[in-house]
Amino acid sequence: MRANARMPRMDFQLTEQQELIRKEVATLARSFSLDYWLERDKKAEYPWDWVKAFGKAGWLGMIIPEAYGGSGLGVTEATIMLHEVCASGAGTSGASPIHFYLFPPMPVIKHGAEPLKEKYLPRIATGEIVMSFGVTEPNAGTDTSRIQTRAEKKGDRYLVNGRKVWNTNAREATHILLLARTSPRDAAKPFGGMTLFFTEFDRSKITVREIEKLGRAAVDSNEIFIDALSVPAEDVVGDEGRGFYHLLDSLNPERIFTGIEAVGIGRAALERAVQYAKDRVVFDRPIGQNQAVAHPLALAWAKLESAELVCLKAAWLFDHGRPCGAEANTAKLLAADAGFEACDAALQTHGGYGYAKEFYVERLWREIRLYKIAPVSQQMVLNYLSEHVLGLPKSY
Amino acid sequence: MNIVVCAKVVPLSSVTIRIDPATRRMVRKDVSQELDPQAAKAVEEALRLTEKHGGSVTVVVMGGEDATIGIRGALAMGATAAIHLSDPALAGSDALGTAKALAAAIRKAPFDLVMCATESSDSYTGLVPGQLAQLLGVPPLTFATSVTVEGRTVTIKRQSEGGYDVVSAELPLLVTVTTGINEPRYPTLKGIMGAKKKEIKRYTAAELGLGPAEVGESGAREKVLTVGRPPARPAGTIIQDDGEGGKKIAAFLADLKLI
Repeated sequence: MRANARMPRMDFQLTEQQELIRKEVATLARSFSLDYWLERDKKAEYPWDWVKAFGKAGWLGMIIPEAYGGSGLGVTEATIMLHEVCASGAGTSGASPIHFYLFPPMPVIKHGAEPLKEKYLPRIATGEIVMSFGVTEPNAGTDTSRIQTRAEKKGDRYLVNGRKVWNTNAREATHILLLARTSPRDAAKPFGGMTLFFTEFDRSKITVREIEKLGRAAVDSNEIFIDALSVPAEDVVGDEGRGFYHLLDSLNPERIFTGIEAVGIGRAALERAVQYAKDRVVFDRPIGQNQAVAHPLALAWAKLESAELVCLKAAWLFDHGRPCGAEANTAKLLAADAGFEACDAALQTHGGYGYAKEFYVERLWREIRLYKIAPVSQQMVLNYLSEHVLGLPKSY
Repeated sequence: MNIVVCAKVVPLSSVTIRIDPATRRMVRKDVSQELDPQAAKAVEEALRLTEKHGGSVTVVVMGGEDATIGIRGALAMGATAAIHLSDPALAGSDALGTAKALAAAIRKAPFDLVMCATESSDSYTGLVPGQLAQLLGVPPLTFATSVTVEGRTVTIKRQSEGGYDVVSAELPLLVTVTTGINEPRYPTLKGIMGAKKKEIKRYTAAELGLGPAEVGESGAREKVLTVGRPPARPAGTIIQDDGEGGKKIAAFLADLKLI
């Protein structure tokens, strides 16, 4: 190989450390069986054994800087980890409890004051803190500037009132990353005046109402009602009034992570479908010999592969401090579609058995549907790309 | 106690192994590799011993450049240091050549205990540990299902057909471990991060004092003559249950002296 400074670098090779991360996460994740996940889903039980195993092996501290007890790795490594988590068949049930250690702490890491970092980051790294993410509201939805939860400063504390919806993990959370208005919405600067808090999940002031849903019963989604929650001023993340902008450092990684999760889930479904297509003999031949069965699986592989590449490119850009909004959004868009198509093809390949729980793909099929909606809908991604990449007029 | 673990880096177990018809050797190029799961058990046992008695664990691996991924794997588990014997002059060595290279590398530093898997999980010759013990001039305690150390005495339970034998010897010595001896730990993320900083010493054949008469293709006295598939297994016996099925199965098993 010729080293040439003028030769642009284009390297698809993972580092040795990244390869090891991939292998070891895969080994740990695959030590939890598909039946384990089926049962968590059936009983709507939080996968504590799983989270503890990942905590014990240090994986939850992946992006926490070394100075605070973590490993200080980047979004790229976390992306590799989540891919293997999902490719093991753990699905969203397994990925959600882990990705909460990966993007909600990002604003604290990037913008938090020193005492805040010291207070929380080491306990996040060990998994002692269980996080919840409180941004979306029933009356604002994707229009985050219209959130109504308010934080009023009283001396050295804030008094928070309001409600949030689609609050994941509130049943188990010890802490919450919470966005609230600290000054009224100004139409000229709609995203100003919001403040981000990282604080204790005080159950005497927060009421949780769980939302039953299509998939991922193991990890709860909720509506929460905040009534006079008192938050110490030291729990403000970054600057008062700049919370939304601090949050952006969480949102791009979140899109990358959910994108790669969708890819991983698609791969898990594809793996099962391919095996089934080889094993299942009908009309004296394995059904995978029929192109009507084989081609959708081959196409699913190709689409997953391309979506994974955009996820990794977006992760690389983020880790190199470059703008990655277009790529992170594209990653989530392509991955959600590719993952869904893979799960759907996998279910179809299984015929009637695909509908049966004991063949495992139905759970993945239910879970993957989420990614077309969350953390941002496919339509809003297209709006983003239309406006910010293509320069078309804003439509809303 | 200075423990040296001889380990091999092999294709991932999920990889379908291909044999190059020209060289009759396993194709390793562009194949993802890992620390041999059998060797990982030797590493694990060594780590447990040093956790109890103190000391260091050095992993010695002979293999191509891409074997470093497996070496880092062993370091991530907690091994103290590693030695990588990677040199085109070593490629194509037979079992004895491999044992000579490993012995020369091991002799470069003081050691108490050498640990190996009983056999590697890719080629399964099981020849190297015995040859290595001979070359090092230490007794081999083989097929260990457990290892304990008291002072300078090592005692193993040696797996045998009917159970196990208890065998003891004085350090320095060599132990081979069986598959069932332990369940290797998962490397932690911290372990993986730390592995990056640990030193991997490298020796060429010349630095080990070995020439083409001893190692590499030219030094190999083992030759692979043919490679073939194992014969297909004969069809099993199907016993139809016509009410007497249980008796027929019992008679079948009795014939095999299984009951």
